[in-house]
Amino acid sequence: MRLYFKYMSILFKSQMQYRTSFLLLCAGQFFVPFAVFAAMYFLFERFGGLPGWTFHEAALCFGVIQMAFALAECFVRGFDAFSNLIVRGGFDRLLVRPRGTVIQVLGSNFEFTRFGRMLQSAVVLGIAVSGLPVQWTPGKIITLILMIIGGVVVFSGIYILAATFCFWTVQALEVANIFTDGGREMAQYPLDIYAKWVTRFFTFIIPFGAVSYLPLLYILDRTDGPDLLYMAMPLASLLFLLPCLAVWRIGVRRYRSTGS
Amino acid sequence: MNAPLSLLKMRFLMGLQYRAAAAAGILTQLFFGLILIMVYAAFYTHNGEAQPMTLKEVVAYVWLQQMFFALIVLWQFDGELFELITGGNIAYELCRPWRLYPIWYAKLLAARLASASLRCLPVALVVFILPEPYRMPLPASPAALLLFILALLSGLLLVAAISMLVYISVFWTMSPVGSVLMIAVAGEFFAGMIVPVPLMPDWMQTLAGLLPFRWTVDFPFRVYTGHIGVREALAGIGIQMIWLAALAAAGEWLMGRALKRVVVQGG
Repeated sequence: MRLYFKYMSILFKSQMQYRTSFLLLCAGQFFVPFAVFAAMYFLFERFGGLPGWTFHEAALCFGVIQMAFALAECFVRGFDAFSNLIVRGGFDRLLVRPRGTVIQVLGSNFEFTRFGRMLQSAVVLGIAVSGLPVQWTPGKIITLILMIIGGVVVFSGIYILAATFCFWTVQALEVANIFTDGGREMAQYPLDIYAKWVTRFFTFIIPFGAVSYLPLLYILDRTDGPDLLYMAMPLASLLFLLPCLAVWRIGVRRYRSTGS
Repeated sequence: MNAPLSLLKMRFLMGLQYRAAAAAGILTQLFFGLILIMVYAAFYTHNGEAQPMTLKEVVAYVWLQQMFFALIVLWQFDGELFELITGGNIAYELCRPWRLYPIWYAKLLAARLASASLRCLPVALVVFILPEPYRMPLPASPAALLLFILALLSGLLLVAAISMLVYISVFWTMSPVGSVLMIAVAGEFFAGMIVPVPLMPDWMQTLAGLLPFRWTVDFPFRVYTGHIGVREALAGIGIQMIWLAALAAAGEWLMGRALKRVVVQGG
């Protein structure tokens, strides 16, 4: 873990060398999701609501997923940009060092410009929390934090899985964007507005539903069943991460350098 | 064959090399389209009465957006041209015996046409046979289809003229990040790429009407569905032409000024 923070501080310093560019990129990361959020607001204003959802409820969902996505893009960027390591042969260097591959790939890249996106998500979460008539018990606050962490875990799992495919294909697969960007776009609205097959896929295969929709029901007091089950749902994201890491191990074992 | 045309052909062939990327893009676009339509469908079941657009029209809007994504999206810039300006290789470009504006303009058009032609047909094949309510509706009338094609093409010319201005701005800022970002975010929004313009609040529609962006996306798409009638569409194409002439003239002029004061450092 020390090593991870060491990597982080070095890369942070190096990115801060170009301060103007850094700040502008941060601003961009703020405004891109901001436009999407504005769109959501306008749609709610025009249509008055979604079946079973008010604006602030949906905004909470949006904020959680955007925050999780921003954190994952910032801190798990190494896997997202992994194809560079493979193409340029940089992965060979990692293999000869006496440390795990996962931590080194994690440390190979951070994208601190995602602070802008985090700030934006924090604003949205603030709007949602202040607008909701919810009694914020400690249980609910913990659930909210668990949702964000769970979301980060799900996105990380997808990144790792996509990176693993690079062992076979060398080039990054753009199809993975369906699950990262697409997953984000999808999960920022409450999951039950989608067709059954989408909901099922994103609950049981890639557990976005487990980190956003189901615990959201608990926060909004709409559960039927034991609350603890809904609160603990974000932990299901770990069930997704573990097989991803296992596949990663298989990938590392059969890695053959591109030789460049 | 003259220079801009052959450049167009070269870029076209280059774009065709990346077929795998195109295939991935098609899948992504279909997925995004489906998700968007489900979101709109949910909004319409909540309150579909007396909205400025029917769900059917929104579906067409979404699919057209996915089909012609590469043609009309503002957020698609050619890193090569930025490199030329910031890296100093612009000096070579200036030695060539042609005017820079038309050449770059042709390059941009070609890149867009190449990536769009790869994606448009496969997406179209799928979306016309999807089950309801996701199926792409047919154009309102043969006249609407014809006008749509005209409007889309002049929209393409317009979007290339807008992005030329962004490239030219880099002569002054020397860093593409800032100007690209702001124009792309604002432009995309006012073009109707994020929410169809008729579904925006009224004050925002007024604002969108004053800017050139909506003529590149919103206008052709609504001509297709018949949301904009034939006569209005003809007038609209005229307005597109006026914007195009204004923006291209501004681009030429600014580029002339930029090139007069361009300083290439050695290397």
